[in-house]
Amino acid sequence: MIPFVIDGQAVEGREGGNILEVALDAGIEIPHLCYNESVKPYGACRLCLVEVVRKGKSRMTTSCTYPVMEGIEVFTKTEKVQRARRMIIELILAMCPGDKLIQDMAKELGVHQVRFKQEDKDCILCGLCGRICEEVVGANAIQFAFRGDRREMIPPFGGEAMNCIACGACVVVCPVNVIRMKEEGDERTIIRWKRTLKMKQCKVCGNYFAPWFQLEKFKEKAKLPKDFFDVCYTCRS
Amino acid sequence: MTNDEINAIIEGYNGKGSAILAILQDIQTEERYLPKESLEYVSQKMHIPLVNIFRIATFYNALSLKPRGRHKIDVCLGTACHVRGGGKILEKLERDLDISVGETTQDNRVTLALVRCLGCCSLGPVAVVDGKVFGRLSQDKVPALLKEFK
Amino acid sequence: MKIRAKTDLEKMREMGLKNLYPGQAKISVGMATCGLSTGADKVYEAIQKEVEKAKLPIRVNQTGCIGFCQREPVVDILEPGKPRVFYQEVTPERAVELVHRWVDNEVVGEWLFCKMEREDWIGEDKFWNYSIHHIPKGIDGTPDYYQVPFYNKQLKIALRNCGFINPDHIDEYVARGGYFSLYKALFEMKPEEIIGEIKRSGLRGRGGAGFPTGNKWESCLKAKGDRKFVLCNADEGDPGAYMDRSVLEGDPHSVIEGMIIGAYAIGAHEGFIYVRDEYPQAIQKLHIALQQAEEIGLLGEDILGSGFSFRINLFRGGGAFVCGESTALMDSIEGKVGEPRAKHIHTTESGLWDQPSNLNNVETWNNVPIILSRGADWYSRIGTEKSKGTKVFSIVGKVNNTGLVEVPMGITLREIVFDIGGGIPGGKKFKAVQTGGPSGGCIPESLIDLPVDFDRLTEVGSMMGSGGMIVMDESTCMVDVAKYFMDFLKGESCGKCTSCREGTKRMHEILTEITEGRGTLEHLDLLEELGWVTAEASLCQLGGTAPNPVLSTIRYFREEYQEHILNKRCPAKVCRSLLRYRILSDVCTMCGRCTKACPVKAISGKRKTKKEKGRPFKIDTGKCIKCGMCFETCKFEAVEVQ
Repeated sequence: MIPFVIDGQAVEGREGGNILEVALDAGIEIPHLCYNESVKPYGACRLCLVEVVRKGKSRMTTSCTYPVMEGIEVFTKTEKVQRARRMIIELILAMCPGDKLIQDMAKELGVHQVRFKQEDKDCILCGLCGRICEEVVGANAIQFAFRGDRREMIPPFGGEAMNCIACGACVVVCPVNVIRMKEEGDERTIIRWKRTLKMKQCKVCGNYFAPWFQLEKFKEKAKLPKDFFDVCYTCRS
Repeated sequence: MTNDEINAIIEGYNGKGSAILAILQDIQTEERYLPKESLEYVSQKMHIPLVNIFRIATFYNALSLKPRGRHKIDVCLGTACHVRGGGKILEKLERDLDISVGETTQDNRVTLALVRCLGCCSLGPVAVVDGKVFGRLSQDKVPALLKEFK
Repeated sequence: MKIRAKTDLEKMREMGLKNLYPGQAKISVGMATCGLSTGADKVYEAIQKEVEKAKLPIRVNQTGCIGFCQREPVVDILEPGKPRVFYQEVTPERAVELVHRWVDNEVVGEWLFCKMEREDWIGEDKFWNYSIHHIPKGIDGTPDYYQVPFYNKQLKIALRNCGFINPDHIDEYVARGGYFSLYKALFEMKPEEIIGEIKRSGLRGRGGAGFPTGNKWESCLKAKGDRKFVLCNADEGDPGAYMDRSVLEGDPHSVIEGMIIGAYAIGAHEGFIYVRDEYPQAIQKLHIALQQAEEIGLLGEDILGSGFSFRINLFRGGGAFVCGESTALMDSIEGKVGEPRAKHIHTTESGLWDQPSNLNNVETWNNVPIILSRGADWYSRIGTEKSKGTKVFSIVGKVNNTGLVEVPMGITLREIVFDIGGGIPGGKKFKAVQTGGPSGGCIPESLIDLPVDFDRLTEVGSMMGSGGMIVMDESTCMVDVAKYFMDFLKGESCGKCTSCREGTKRMHEILTEITEGRGTLEHLDLLEELGWVTAEASLCQLGGTAPNPVLSTIRYFREEYQEHILNKRCPAKVCRSLLRYRILSDVCTMCGRCTKACPVKAISGKRKTKKEKGRPFKIDTGKCIKCGMCFETCKFEAVEVQ
């Protein structure tokens, strides 16, 4: 374990870890949006900024991407850091004024007005949905496209996400809950990706429990027998 | 393009995934844009997720998902040309062709695009029509420029 | 022919000298992109045809850019016994004429811009003197190359060969000392010695950041990895900067030699040159040069018999400014999009495919062979205390002599703009010079005596950048310039960081409000705050330097912003929404040209003819879209812009 200091408090981190995870474990609050334990740190939202002093030099950097190192001193609430965080949340709020989480975070950080023309986007471009789809699920159904102020998270060609297995991971991981899933009869739809899949019925209880397409993919990847998913998870136990 | 033709391009780069940009550029040179079917085939053949190929195709200026016109006009809007009035040339072309920059005329004849600095700054404002450079432009010279290809 | 020993190199040098100075007249046409864009290819064809037709004893040759782009196409003639002459603004017709005159031992004085009696072989510390027996008629009054104001204060190190060799002839490069430094490095120096020499020279990166090159090489040498890379950043994306393109088109071997030396010093066996997609001729010239170098054994296995192996791959960009950022460039080579990586691990330790990688700019690599041949002591005597050597700048915009100039660090902006650049055309007043491209800032007249070096430019809110230098006069609106750069940056940003993506977008939005007459004084404070967060919170230097054009123009031209905001006026008459076009009735001759030119039929009036009296012409300001067609069309200056 590697020892270092956050806000005067002695902490320890594992080799290869990052400052943010150590801080959160130690109960030190650092606001963040695009960080999630299940995927690699990305550093897009810029909210988790901290000041790090290393070998006498101080730098403002994102705590989620900065590696744990012996002897560094981290400051999470300096004036500079707070000023930056306030501007960033204001910019995100100007982009997505309707997102409740962003509204709450802005209030908490002391931002009470938005001085920019409000847009009507809902996606905060944190990338978590695409990252989890790639790194954890392996379906690669959605990804960032375009560049600069035209950047957005969409399926290829903006149509239906043909690789999507409707697992719902993106629905769960989205910090602002703008990816919705609905189930009607024997169909499950991930609304944002225009993906509707037929669900498979359990031979025992008769419930629709998972999309056919998804189960086929699992069987293919894990080389499972054809009838492996004929019975749902609940009934199997 | 046939799948064989695409295979040949991929083989030319030893099938390396890191050559994806060059492969897409070669396909675009043939087709004047990147057809959806070609991208789907490349994804399948090279085992690169389609989302990643789509990302690359939309990230780089050189690549286009929309068919480009038979002729291409690139107006230079580098700093030197901008300072010398390049913006007015672009607007005149937009008016005369009745399209916005980045678009292609209805009959697929001309695509109007902008480029940032061709390095002919002493000639600014500059426009390139099908690879031919026209310098020292002014709004009244635009009609002559358009006559270059009828 | 394969080069295996120094004697082979000497033999190639002899061949090259014969090509550089053949026993007959040699006419060289500047065929780099700037020459081609002014019609140099037609000039070349015309000369070739004429020489063939008239069976003249003249060799027709191609060369790169000699730097005086304003006067392209440039043609030079060299013949044993005569001074070398340089013709400017040559047309195919003039070309035929001057060829025939030359054969008659005559020159057309008015078409010449200079003559030359000796070449500066700066790589070898000597002058190549022409022995002159015949003076062509008509040459009286033609200034010498070294006296011409454009060249007088220049010191060509990086541009040492551009315009003087045919870039497709490797033997000409060798003739002028090329690849002898490589020989020295491989057989007379150890890697640590080479790095020591580069360190002592004080060479700093020429791509913009100005990081000490020797230190970078040393970090890469020390880094652990079994597959090191050297990379050349030829993704020159700053609009207005084209120095690297000229070097690649005119002297590609200087970069290749530099890279081989660097690779040897660091212990790398693979290299990449990343060239931007918008430079097709540079790509072509590099292809040819790399092929030639491989053919004769200067690249590949066991170079020159030293046991050292090294290959260079050419990578063509896809049209993305952000790929000029070092980590984005590496991601692009790896087959990904150009999204910069976090910076706490240097690329010298973990770069391309997580291996130690040394990335340098074209001009930086080009300086390496000459530092080895002339020595670090010589190099470090040029320039200022912290900025050694020379820098190539592209002077463009509102200046008389546009082109590429190379000057020692420490020369003042005034000297560059007025002495070399020849001042502002039309007698207009100098307003500012923009350096460093979209990462730089505008420097006003009050600071024009500033010596040019890395640190001084940064101190005043700009930066050296890659070398683009855009001169602006009283008819340039500084608010419009700031808006222009933000428009560029918001589209070129990769979009990952909230601070950069939203920051550049909102700065552009506010600047648009100001230029359209809806600005408020609070906007200025907001711009400063946005600038601060964009620079401080972003991951890479695109975001990190993005606010510079805005902040520097607010710093030095605040009154101009205030004019736009408080009085809704654009003093430079650029911002369209704040302009009013008016026809001066006392000057107007009622010729009707403006009415025909107006795309929205906003001009009313009746043409005055022999039969009709005509009615005064007026512009309907409600319909007017301020395109300026009437202003440009009127031959009597009867249209006023307010």
